[in-house]
Amino acid sequence: MNELLSNYLPILIFVGLAAVIGLALMIAPFVIAYKKPDPEKVSAFEAGFDAFDDARMKFDVRFYLVSILFIVFDLEVALLFPWAVAFREVGWFGFWSVMIFLGVLTIGFIYEWKKGALEWD
Amino acid sequence: MTLPLFFFYVFSVITVASALMVIAARNPVHSVLFLILAFVNSAGLFMLAGAEFLALILIVVYVGAVAVLFLFVTMMLDVDFASLRQGMLQYAPVGVVVGVILLLELLLVGGSFVLPTGVEATAMVPIEQGVQNTKAIGQLLYTRYVFLFQGAAGILLVAMIGAIVLTLRHKSNVKRQDVFRQTGRKRSEGVELVKVKSGQGL
Amino acid sequence: MDFVVSALDYLLGIPIFGWGTQVGFIYKGLLLLVALLIFTAYILLADRKIWAAVQVRRGPNVVGPFGLLQSFADLLKFVFKEPVIPASSDKVLFLLAPLVTSILALSAYAVIPFDKGWALADINIGVLYIFAISSLGVYGVIIGGWSSNSKYAFLGALRSAAQMVSYEVSIGLVIITVLLVAGSLNLTDIVTAQQSGGIAHMLGVPWLSILNWYWLPLFPMFVVFYISALAETNRPPFDLPEGESELVAGYMVEYSSTPYLLFMLGEYIAIILMCSMTTILFLGGWASPLDIAPFNWIPGVVWFGLKLCLVFFMFAMAKAMVPRYRYDQLMRIGWKVFLPISLAMVVIVAFVLQLTGWGWHGGAV
Repeated sequence: MNELLSNYLPILIFVGLAAVIGLALMIAPFVIAYKKPDPEKVSAFEAGFDAFDDARMKFDVRFYLVSILFIVFDLEVALLFPWAVAFREVGWFGFWSVMIFLGVLTIGFIYEWKKGALEWD
Repeated sequence: MTLPLFFFYVFSVITVASALMVIAARNPVHSVLFLILAFVNSAGLFMLAGAEFLALILIVVYVGAVAVLFLFVTMMLDVDFASLRQGMLQYAPVGVVVGVILLLELLLVGGSFVLPTGVEATAMVPIEQGVQNTKAIGQLLYTRYVFLFQGAAGILLVAMIGAIVLTLRHKSNVKRQDVFRQTGRKRSEGVELVKVKSGQGL
Repeated sequence: MDFVVSALDYLLGIPIFGWGTQVGFIYKGLLLLVALLIFTAYILLADRKIWAAVQVRRGPNVVGPFGLLQSFADLLKFVFKEPVIPASSDKVLFLLAPLVTSILALSAYAVIPFDKGWALADINIGVLYIFAISSLGVYGVIIGGWSSNSKYAFLGALRSAAQMVSYEVSIGLVIITVLLVAGSLNLTDIVTAQQSGGIAHMLGVPWLSILNWYWLPLFPMFVVFYISALAETNRPPFDLPEGESELVAGYMVEYSSTPYLLFMLGEYIAIILMCSMTTILFLGGWASPLDIAPFNWIPGVVWFGLKLCLVFFMFAMAKAMVPRYRYDQLMRIGWKVFLPISLAMVVIVAFVLQLTGWGWHGGAV
């Protein structure tokens, strides 16, 4: 097994252990706790009365816009990671190429700011 | 069987199975969750291939961002699952035809794929031991592949503008807070001292 | 069966047939988990105590001396409570959500270096791993809120998802600036880079290593990271997803018993993770603040713990003192203040570093 993978194996083991502890905690009350469900207890919480309709409703398209903008900026951050590591090697050329990249995205950022896409209402 | 091989089988079996479940699950939210499982396991496969940076970027970008969007969209869908299932058989023949054509094409491509001679010798050359693959990507991405990198910026810009043009609808009757105007307000604009004669009022 | 033997060797630390180079990760992992959970129990107590002290109350003080056993009593109580699963919920996902939250939060600790060489897995790209794990934290919330099939839970989940996603961008950019200075994605390297060079070296007082750490040169980013970390972990003043005055308890409203406990645990463990990240990125990790005789005898893990507690104290004080934000203000700060600031700082830091030829940077490779 090569060195890179052997570095990651402890993580897998650790996640496995965490899963075991989590599962144990999760299952414990189902085994030992007192259970007596009734229709009122297992109905969805809604200020005292029966729920009017299904809770999964249509919601504001703005949440969708936020998550698309997040994808764009997340990709931007993801593309900057290798630059930060190889910063010394790529020198001024790499610096300016990243600056142009950020500049183009800043244009987009200014556009959305001016359009009011960042305003929440 | 070595440990990496074992994990290769685990990851690939889960990837394929969850990819199947993406199209088999009735509830679209379950489909997206299976898609996430498939992404995570393919990140595991990337890791086994030694591409640690790509593996984690796959998780950050696809699972952490793109799948969140998918979840939002499927949660937004106000679908009636029963009617969705009825249409299933109706579209089955078309689906089968498309699937068979794709399979044939894949077989054709796969069958006619030949490595040029001598490629095996150069295959291992670019991977320099001792250089972490994040750094290796960094050394190439911003210099040799600078135009592709700028192209990525262009695509992101188009995505940003496209999303705004398509989804942005301003409600007209909403009061918005303008913090700069609010804090930049002077005393003289808000308060006026008026001399009031007694008994007369304003 | 080569594979079984090596797996046994690896897991149990029993060198069978002489293969015993890497042993006992299962012990180390368990030790770390137990230590972490006990630490979390006391962090939780500290949170309640600090909150109480600010409001001139006593806080929990009945179970054990000064209430020191309160968290363990709470654990027992949770386990003996009836787990209620709403009838209209998606039952599998309903139970999966808290598990996902807590397991993800715990799994990030596999790469945190608590002292020199104390990381369970000292991977090359530890920062990216933590960034990836924390970007997955949003799923527990969304799945929990959606599967409950309750309006409060659903709205809470939506709000929380949008909030976490918004602040993650600025967290990413802050991390980039630190990486630019440190030059490595490995968490241990980031800490050692803060020891080997910096402002104290430049001023000619290398023993004053507190000045070397990145909080001083990158102070604006330190502040942005601290506030974004509050928002990312849904801490007050950014706890809108569970704002009790509007959404009762947000996405957790339908949860009871240990599923609720797991959410709570995941949340606090994520908070401690953010505190550890602040410590590593800005406060020099395990390094002692003064590199002179009595201070550098103290083991690094103690310094790490002290710094972590200091950062958590700031988190707890923010909870006790600052009123809750309105949702539009929250989004405005994330997108219109922190994002431009951190973007500009990436450019400025990169330019200065490039211009000065790494003059004040000591130097991880």
